[in-house]
Amino acid sequence: MEVRVQNIRKEFSRFPALNDVSLDIRSGELIALLGPSGSGKTTLLRLVAGLETPTDGTIYFGDEDASRKTVQQRNIGFVFQHYALFRHMTVLDNVSFGLKIRPAGRRPSSAEIKRRAMELIDLVQLTGLEKRYPAQLSGGQRQRVALARAMAVEPNVLLLDEPFGALDAQVRKELRRWLREIHDRTGHTTIFVTHDQEEALELADRVVVMSKGQIEQVGTPDEIYDTPVSPFVFGFIGQSNILPVRIENGQLWIEDRSIGISAPGEKDGAAQLYFRPHDIELLDGCGGCIAGLVTASRRVAGTRHVELDIGSTQGKVEIELPRKRPQPIGHASHFARHGGNCSGTDHPPVDL
Amino acid sequence: MAHDIPDPAGHHGTSEMVRTATSESRLARYVLIGLALCFMGLFVLMPLAAVFTEAMRNGPGEFLTVLSDPETFSAIRLTLLVAVIAVPLNVVFGVAAAWAIAKFEFKGKAFLTTLIDLPFSVSPVISGLVFILLFGSHSLLGPWLQGNGIQILFAVPGIVLATVFVTFPFVARELIPLMQEQGTSDEEAALSLGASGWQTFWYVTLPNIKWGLLYGVLLCNARAMGEFGAVSVVSGHIRGLTNTMPLQVEILYNEYNFVAAFAVATLLALLALVTLVLKSLLEMKFSEQIAASRRH
Repeated sequence: MEVRVQNIRKEFSRFPALNDVSLDIRSGELIALLGPSGSGKTTLLRLVAGLETPTDGTIYFGDEDASRKTVQQRNIGFVFQHYALFRHMTVLDNVSFGLKIRPAGRRPSSAEIKRRAMELIDLVQLTGLEKRYPAQLSGGQRQRVALARAMAVEPNVLLLDEPFGALDAQVRKELRRWLREIHDRTGHTTIFVTHDQEEALELADRVVVMSKGQIEQVGTPDEIYDTPVSPFVFGFIGQSNILPVRIENGQLWIEDRSIGISAPGEKDGAAQLYFRPHDIELLDGCGGCIAGLVTASRRVAGTRHVELDIGSTQGKVEIELPRKRPQPIGHASHFARHGGNCSGTDHPPVDL
Repeated sequence: MAHDIPDPAGHHGTSEMVRTATSESRLARYVLIGLALCFMGLFVLMPLAAVFTEAMRNGPGEFLTVLSDPETFSAIRLTLLVAVIAVPLNVVFGVAAAWAIAKFEFKGKAFLTTLIDLPFSVSPVISGLVFILLFGSHSLLGPWLQGNGIQILFAVPGIVLATVFVTFPFVARELIPLMQEQGTSDEEAALSLGASGWQTFWYVTLPNIKWGLLYGVLLCNARAMGEFGAVSVVSGHIRGLTNTMPLQVEILYNEYNFVAAFAVATLLALLALVTLVLKSLLEMKFSEQIAASRRH
């Protein structure tokens, strides 16, 4: 089901958590709300669920105004960061809860409830554990029970609040892949909240980057990474370096040197240049480059992080190189952009 | 004996086990355990034993005769009646209050929490006096009550009211920290699955708090049966009518009827012991479930 969020504002005792947020979510889409803590992503998710009421604005499920409906009427599936499984119920009872509590008219027969619950338990690969209690399961297993429980009511939209936040890195990666598979198989419209950019970029069809109660950018993972629209998105997604530069006649200058990057359409004055560490190359002398001294060099798994001092007022720049190219400390180097269409540096500098 | 005491630097004899970081020297352990045992014996076990031996001084026959005295029997009945009314009322009040305080944010929450604690911090005699001031013949309500023939003070309703007041905090106090720790996400999960408020309470909240609730009920019951001060003020001490067991003990004792006094006291002590044994048994039998409801 499509979900449309229109001009939503939410205040918690006069403190604005969301400020005029609008978002269209397509039917069957897997969408990530990504942002640092306090950016309002969880609030937005809880507003869609109906666990909070908006101060202003409307939420549509399809063509229906859902914002005046209660959480029960919205028919959503919600998965919590800390699972929120009913600890006194078995896995089977947890999964069938949503169907069992329906009023007699809408409730399937108990045989049918059991069949559907077992089917979902099978879908989340927990067959054989249906008699266990939540305390007897691992974190990853608990979260899969929570997902099966949420899907049992055949929700209009599936909402996941940092679903893998409480799990360790290995399990998190596995579950991530697995959630993608489940989504592709069931086709539920799914919104999930995360502060882990890797998770958002890997899992989602589209990513919504949020900051300070506002949406900064909505786009596919590639768009978000390759063409960030604001300094915040550039800084928040992936590694980035910032250099204070100056724009003169559409050219970038560092102190008294032109660095060979043009910024057409930007007005003259001080600006900041954002670029990705891996879009940089070390060269021994060249024109239109930035000169620097290698001050530190450490290997991090498959790459080498090199720190360059490019002069007293500019501070240090960190770049990433393939591991096989060690740079002796103290070595004077120039660095320049990779040739071709490397994305990060093609981004126009942003005025201060 | 000097070699038994490890020196401060921790150089032990070879035979001695390596001390763990949190254990004390042997001497310190014996002294502390001994002190605790002495204290227990002196202040808990000895009085309890004294009550039972005094009651049985003239043999079990006299013990039973004393208990079958009509006034004593009526005191036992009244105590049970008061507990049967007061405990369920406080279960309902306590659960409602804990639910409101633990699961919702509202103005005046801190004030309400303090108010719930009030009966704990006020002397029971004052708690009784409050009802005299409210319903006595010189109070605002007094003449109206008299005019309509409603007897609250020096009758069962007054005793029940005083008991409810004094035992009010037990259930709520037991539940508030538990419910706060459990948070609201279980309830939100139930609501998101379509459960109504009542279904959420019945199928999710109540099972989560049942052990805490049970402790609260047991403590509340023990206090309801044993309350003296507040009940003493409002009861009027009418023999065979408004005397509860603790009041009956005092009357019998003041009349130098020691065997009878201690016999009734034995019953009260037994009630307390049964409560404690029940609590321990439940803890033993359901220890896994209780642990499961706290962790996770």
